[in-house]
Amino acid sequence: MSEKQFNLDTVENAAATPDTELPWAELGLKENEFEDVKKILGRRPTAAELAMYSVMWSEHCSYKSSKVHLKQFGAKVTDEMKKDLMVGIGENAGVTDIGNGWAVTFKIESHNHPSYVEPYQGAATGVGGIVRDIISMGARPVAVMDPLRFGAIDHEDTARVLPGVVSGVGGYGNSLGLPNIGGEVEFDECYQANPLVNALAVGIMRHEDIRLANASGVGNKVILFGARTGGDGIGGASVLASESFDDSKPSKRPAVQVGDPFAEKVLIECCLELFKNSIVEGIQDLGAAGISCATSELASNGDGGMHVDLTKVLLRDPTLTPGEILMSESQERMMAVVTPENLSRFEDIMAKWDVEYSVLGEVTGSGRLTIEWDGEIIVDVDPKTVAHDGPTYERPFARPDWQDDVQADHFTGSEADAQRPTGGALGNAVLELMAGPNLCSKSWITNQYDRYVQGNTALAMPDDGGVVRVDENTGLGVALATDANPRFTYLDPYEGARASLAEAYRNVATVGARPVAVSDCLNFGSPEDPDVMWQFAEAVRGLADGCMELGVPVTGGNVSLYNQTGDRAINPTHVVAMMGVMDDVTRRTPSGWSKAEDGQAIYLLGTTRDELDGSEWARLKGHLGGQPPKVDLALERTLGDMLVNMSRDGMIDAAHDVAAGGLAATLVESCLRFGTGARIGLGEVAERDNVDTFTLLFSESLGRVVVSVPRSEEVRFKDMCTARDFPFARIGVVDAASEALEVQGEFTLTLDQMREAHEGTMARYFGEVAQG
Amino acid sequence: MAESLAPTEVPLVGDFSQPTTDSALSGVRVGVITFPGTLDDRDAARAVTLAGGTAVPLWHDSTDLQDVDAVVVPGGFSYGDYLRAGAIAAKAPIMEKVIEAANSDAALPVLGICNGFQVLTETHLLPGSMIKNDHRKFICRDQVLRIDNNETAWTSDFEKGQEIVVPLKNQDGQYVADAETLEELEAEGRVVFRYVGVNPNGSRNDIAGIANKRGNVVGLMPHPEHAVEPGFGPDSSGSGDVALRGGADGLGVFTSVLNKLVSAR
Repeated sequence: MSEKQFNLDTVENAAATPDTELPWAELGLKENEFEDVKKILGRRPTAAELAMYSVMWSEHCSYKSSKVHLKQFGAKVTDEMKKDLMVGIGENAGVTDIGNGWAVTFKIESHNHPSYVEPYQGAATGVGGIVRDIISMGARPVAVMDPLRFGAIDHEDTARVLPGVVSGVGGYGNSLGLPNIGGEVEFDECYQANPLVNALAVGIMRHEDIRLANASGVGNKVILFGARTGGDGIGGASVLASESFDDSKPSKRPAVQVGDPFAEKVLIECCLELFKNSIVEGIQDLGAAGISCATSELASNGDGGMHVDLTKVLLRDPTLTPGEILMSESQERMMAVVTPENLSRFEDIMAKWDVEYSVLGEVTGSGRLTIEWDGEIIVDVDPKTVAHDGPTYERPFARPDWQDDVQADHFTGSEADAQRPTGGALGNAVLELMAGPNLCSKSWITNQYDRYVQGNTALAMPDDGGVVRVDENTGLGVALATDANPRFTYLDPYEGARASLAEAYRNVATVGARPVAVSDCLNFGSPEDPDVMWQFAEAVRGLADGCMELGVPVTGGNVSLYNQTGDRAINPTHVVAMMGVMDDVTRRTPSGWSKAEDGQAIYLLGTTRDELDGSEWARLKGHLGGQPPKVDLALERTLGDMLVNMSRDGMIDAAHDVAAGGLAATLVESCLRFGTGARIGLGEVAERDNVDTFTLLFSESLGRVVVSVPRSEEVRFKDMCTARDFPFARIGVVDAASEALEVQGEFTLTLDQMREAHEGTMARYFGEVAQG
Repeated sequence: MAESLAPTEVPLVGDFSQPTTDSALSGVRVGVITFPGTLDDRDAARAVTLAGGTAVPLWHDSTDLQDVDAVVVPGGFSYGDYLRAGAIAAKAPIMEKVIEAANSDAALPVLGICNGFQVLTETHLLPGSMIKNDHRKFICRDQVLRIDNNETAWTSDFEKGQEIVVPLKNQDGQYVADAETLEELEAEGRVVFRYVGVNPNGSRNDIAGIANKRGNVVGLMPHPEHAVEPGFGPDSSGSGDVALRGGADGLGVFTSVLNKLVSAR
């Protein structure tokens, strides 16, 4: 090792050479941050220490711009919200008690910047990273989901990014044996050059199997296991994830990690065997900031001291410097703390799974994290200063001066609304909507994901949420949905965030599950822009307030800033992932009616207002302005309760929420789900709500769900709605013989017409695959 | 939910602690092999259990077949599919024993599903091989298959010509073989499963699954073990019913081998 071709910068050397120039700016540190590091250490940092601080103090790892706002998630909580929460924000992922001794952990994260630079690997390692977060809580991962956002469907770069991202999500997730049970796909020009790849994973465990990331017990061994450390992803967190793209810098390809799903699959099984045998005291996955993050977090969460010999790290590339080893984001690695007595059992399990490992050092009582290289000390820091005491910024924010103008520009009456279709033209408008990029069938994408593996998938796309069984003996399971409506959030970040929350809540309830926990992925532009920072602050406040109203806690999540190219930021994209619990997953409700439901009554729950601003129809017409739909979370809560009860008591056989594309999209999707038609009359409800048929079909008012009710259950159904004082209207019947969606007095669309419009779009832009 | 139920373990690979029904079939032991990278081993074990048999986990690195009466080589990405899909797994110690037993007079029934089918072609228990799908993408879809041979160890509970629906999910699923082999397979009736409607990957002669000459070894790309439990299968079945995840057509593959083994006793 000693023939390495670089000058080792030891702690001793750093103290003796205070004036040595260091590349702090290239590593992404600001001048004041570099000065802080010097103040903490009482000397200049060594090259290795600089590497650690630069990655750990990056926006991605330290949340330095966002944490003053994120505090609200911890502060705005009630006893109701804490009841089932076993592990909250701050660990790798939150854990929720779902009963019967079972716990569920789930989290959503972004991998946006890497996926733009290198779509396949960026997306693949995004899945890999979130899955490792789940494993490190002690859980077996059981499903993944992925909300994706791309530029315009016909933009040439979308043709480069989308197929790579989809193959990456599939290539990695499919190889891990994790069913992909849902997600979202949105196309919008604002994501050109800033695509969003968010990945969610959910895992299950018995209560006693929960593991945390801390290094306790002086003398316990610190072990790195899994894949070898290479030169990939060096500085990924600091350089890639925490800066805007800019043409003036060289290609960032080497900063993207490369994934090996086979190594991760073996790591999953191997970790679960370690947990089952109670062999690890603490465990941490290696993600952003690699060994820097794992050592400093484990040490600062434990007894506070750790000594590591970096020359013991198994390398893929022997030329790496200590700083590079500390920063490398090579995938499929984990760090464990193991008692000396358990070491041989640990080694046996590594041998069984053919996993490489090396004992790097041990837990100490020194309160310091010390790292040696070739017998010389190159890092000597208080781990808390690296992991937790990073800079905190109160970034200036202010309501943008353009916000008023945007909000005053309503769709109704605008130029884009000049040719509002009526009568027979409404039918064509519905087809246009359903063929549009955002409402067309996404089976081109979802057919590249395995939704069957593990045999517990009770519901998946295109239904409102994914449902997986947790307990094979009782049918206990969880439902998950992710939602964001960035256009609403652009119009009003506070209300828009609450709208996304409401939709995720409603989706979970629509499949029949009781919503219990939230994880969120906050994708925004540059925090250095006060307009963006205001959007961020407002959205976080909206979500925190909304969660209080709904009584569901935020259990964890991720912030992705700098999603902007030049001064063009993305629409504020506040993805809410909602988890719900079902006592018996076989009671879940599908999003459409089949022939077996022939003759059932179709009801619309909720009321419709003229709320076309920010709608999918407005987007098709090139309009974005006005106010998002009104959010009423008390009403959403009542609706959710009703849906869960109706599903459990067999009062509804199908349910589909009304969201993007309005009632028109809901009706078409419900018909196409199992290829069964319906006869609909909208006259009465249009009169009740005082809106025209167009508005009734295309408005995106919240708090609405379409359900199909067996004739024998109609009385009970109506009684429940009346008792809860919830608006409902019978709008039609399932009509299997018709093979069409008939909106009486307006238009009739055959199933074939709707299919053709809905299902051809993706293949037109991205090529044919075997359809089905 | 019954509070009295004993807590269920999160099953590890190889821990198939499902209760078995008390019948003649439960005496039939069906081994399910786990290689590093195998994904559908628990699903295959569940299918065996739901069919009434007893699933026995087999470990790739062992040479002990544990007196099983039949073996399933399940799907996944054994050894990451490095080199070629199934190529490394074909050389695993347990496969030596499987090959031996399959070729013996006792003719051990062996079923290879997806990656397992690829492993069986790599061991030459079955002819031909699988290459990338003609559209070069991973595809997951509910696939209609026709049973063209109901005399194998794994298809005797079906009618000849019966159509079934089971999930298909793979990236390297295009079955290829030289003209002579294809001709021989067709002439001897050894094409067991054939794609109907859509050929999802460009397989020669719409072949989805084949058997060896004796019919004890069968391999197929689609996944019958994912269509065994109403509520968790495909949305349709060969009988034309459409119900939410109600399809359980794949169960016949597993009941076939159990019934055949019991009646041979």
